[in-house]
Amino acid sequence: MTGQPLAFIGARLVDPETGYDGPGSLLTADGCIARVSRGDTLPGLPGDARVIDAVGALLCPGLIDLRVKTGEPGSEPKETLKSASRAAAAGGVTSIVVMPDTDPPVDEPSVVDFVLRRARDIELVHVYPAGAATRGLEGKALAEIGLMREAGCVFVTDADRPIVDSRVMRRLLAYAGGLGVLVAHRPADPWLTAGAAASEGEFAGRMGLPSEPPAAETIMLERDLALLELTAPTGARLMVDQVSAEGALETLRKSKDRGLPVIATASINHLTFNELDIGDYRTFWKLTPPLRGEADRAALVDAVASGLIDIIVSAHAPAPAEDKRLPFEEATPGSVGLETLLPALLTLWHEGQAPLLRLLETVTLAPARAIGSEAGRLAVGAPADLILCDIDAPRIIDANLLLSKSKNSAFDGRRLQGRVLMTVVDGRIVWEASAGAP
Amino acid sequence: MASVAPGLDEIRARAKPFPKRHFLSVTDLDPIRVGELLDLAEGFVALNRQPSKKIDLLKGRTQINLFFEASTRTQSSFELAGKRLGADVINMSPRASSISKGETLVDTAVTLNAMQPDILIIRHAASGAASLLSQKVDCSVVNAGDGQHEHPSQALLDALSMRRAFGHIDGLTVAICGDVLHSRVARSNVALLTMMGARVRLVGPPTLMPASAARWGVEVVHDMKAGIRGADVVMMLRLQFERMQGALVPSTREYFRLWGLDREKLARAAPGARVMHPGPMNRGVEIDSEVADDLAVSLVQDQVEMGVAVRMAVLASLSARLDNR
Repeated sequence: MTGQPLAFIGARLVDPETGYDGPGSLLTADGCIARVSRGDTLPGLPGDARVIDAVGALLCPGLIDLRVKTGEPGSEPKETLKSASRAAAAGGVTSIVVMPDTDPPVDEPSVVDFVLRRARDIELVHVYPAGAATRGLEGKALAEIGLMREAGCVFVTDADRPIVDSRVMRRLLAYAGGLGVLVAHRPADPWLTAGAAASEGEFAGRMGLPSEPPAAETIMLERDLALLELTAPTGARLMVDQVSAEGALETLRKSKDRGLPVIATASINHLTFNELDIGDYRTFWKLTPPLRGEADRAALVDAVASGLIDIIVSAHAPAPAEDKRLPFEEATPGSVGLETLLPALLTLWHEGQAPLLRLLETVTLAPARAIGSEAGRLAVGAPADLILCDIDAPRIIDANLLLSKSKNSAFDGRRLQGRVLMTVVDGRIVWEASAGAP
Repeated sequence: MASVAPGLDEIRARAKPFPKRHFLSVTDLDPIRVGELLDLAEGFVALNRQPSKKIDLLKGRTQINLFFEASTRTQSSFELAGKRLGADVINMSPRASSISKGETLVDTAVTLNAMQPDILIIRHAASGAASLLSQKVDCSVVNAGDGQHEHPSQALLDALSMRRAFGHIDGLTVAICGDVLHSRVARSNVALLTMMGARVRLVGPPTLMPASAARWGVEVVHDMKAGIRGADVVMMLRLQFERMQGALVPSTREYFRLWGLDREKLARAAPGARVMHPGPMNRGVEIDSEVADDLAVSLVQDQVEMGVAVRMAVLASLSARLDNR
């Protein structure tokens, strides 16, 4: 069901693919973008089209979030695919990639199929499973990558668990590369990060928190890139999951300059906060990787602006109150983020930290290309995955009003700018702001 | 220092309301408050040396000692302090048992809060646990040690011991030696001593030193002999085997050789230098018995005595604040 055609008239169109940022109108039909005009009118509209006055609003591709955790299957009280889909729709995220570290893990084709069938029944946003890279996420034996790709997984990753054994990592890159499957890996030296709750430095030292040095990231990244070089001839491609430290950026730059097939993500949390936001042991700011110093955050924002970081993710990680209302060391890391990703990005732009087109590219076109999706652009024939937003609307985030089942938002109480007015997936309106909505 | 113990009315007049509802960190205090608390504690030292040690300052108040981590010294010190001031004191040691039953710290806090205590004394293995608890209860919370973060009443009793031994804290050179990384005692003492005008050196192997310690307003020295040179006070820390994950020092005998305090190393300290230890001591690991038991240099027994007096002062001050509420 694709619904009636939608005609957005008089919007500010932003298309990361062409770099266009200016006035325009857009028509959807049969789930796709049917016409795009750089004018205030669309003559000859079909009779059944719903005309949407978009004057003063920004129309751009819907967001594509490559790092979303839910609790389904296995920990449904945290978050279900349905609650995550509703949160995504409200946040202007039209595609989510869900992590495989569920119970059971998504490490074989039947679980991939389960997730896809659940998503089809929910029929809100696109849900793409990421498959486990290794069986049981144990870092020992390769998962059935080929069968999972056939079932519909878009890349493989062991999520938060680093693959420690270098030989396994080498084989993973080579094998997945041969099948044309992207590998995502979060670089973290398992020994340096063992037991850590914060990033090493003055803050963690004073607070008496067990900490990991930022070098733990660089060390593992250096290894991964050396292995990527070894396996690149097979077609290996690596996505560095959530770069957080300034030192790792330098390592990444060298490899990119040499043309290695590597892309990198950063989470919106690490672009917005630094370790001082933890304050008096506030567990909503306990994240993996841990929040680092302000110099790291600023370097990360610069890397987004320069293109060194390709993709921004929400790193949506729901944790119920009982997992967060604990002493900092014992609390579960992570923050929900689907509903705050867009306003947090827009706030970075309002603050002059990075250009708007570039920021939107990192959550639309760039992730679309990473997973081989045709979305993420305003081109005729592309899927009609769109958002209409008010990019200026000021708001104070109230975690209790979020649609996620878990309310652990690092943005709770934060002043942000930007509000989604309408979310469209395959030409269907899946979310529309009511007057006076937060 | 023997003086006449002050009476109830005098103590009531001297006990200034605590600046905050909770005592979680040395940073809850300023130098003037510290001076007032130490003065108040002096009165309790005199009281505690009398045959009749009890006054009714906290009569009717309920104090709960909630110790998730085993402790003999601190728990009995707080218990005696409360009882000598006339409070009803109960001890709870939930430790691992209730955690294995799934009850969290916050659950425990909410349960205890419903029993209407006036003061909760908490010790917990996680940094920030006292702060978390304080957000969930209506009474006053005293941090009796949270993980590797703070142990503020220990810093106060150390300050009182030093002030009685030297007559002042300002201008003293204090070498805090050993396992600084895992030590809440070190963190609280650095904060209090630098606030009171002492010069602090942290001495220990790099593996037992927080990476950023040099930015705490102290001098960091890795060589023990250089580190205690000219020090007025040598404060030894307990080597915390139970917190050590992996290899931080090769062996206790190598540790004793390089960082253990014996007569030979102590000879480099200032003439008349005194030795302190928060206890319990690992004899032959961080400190030689010969030094620990020499009453001419060791303040260890004084520290224990001052502990009760300082905690009485803290409880009296917190209670004065509750009276004003």
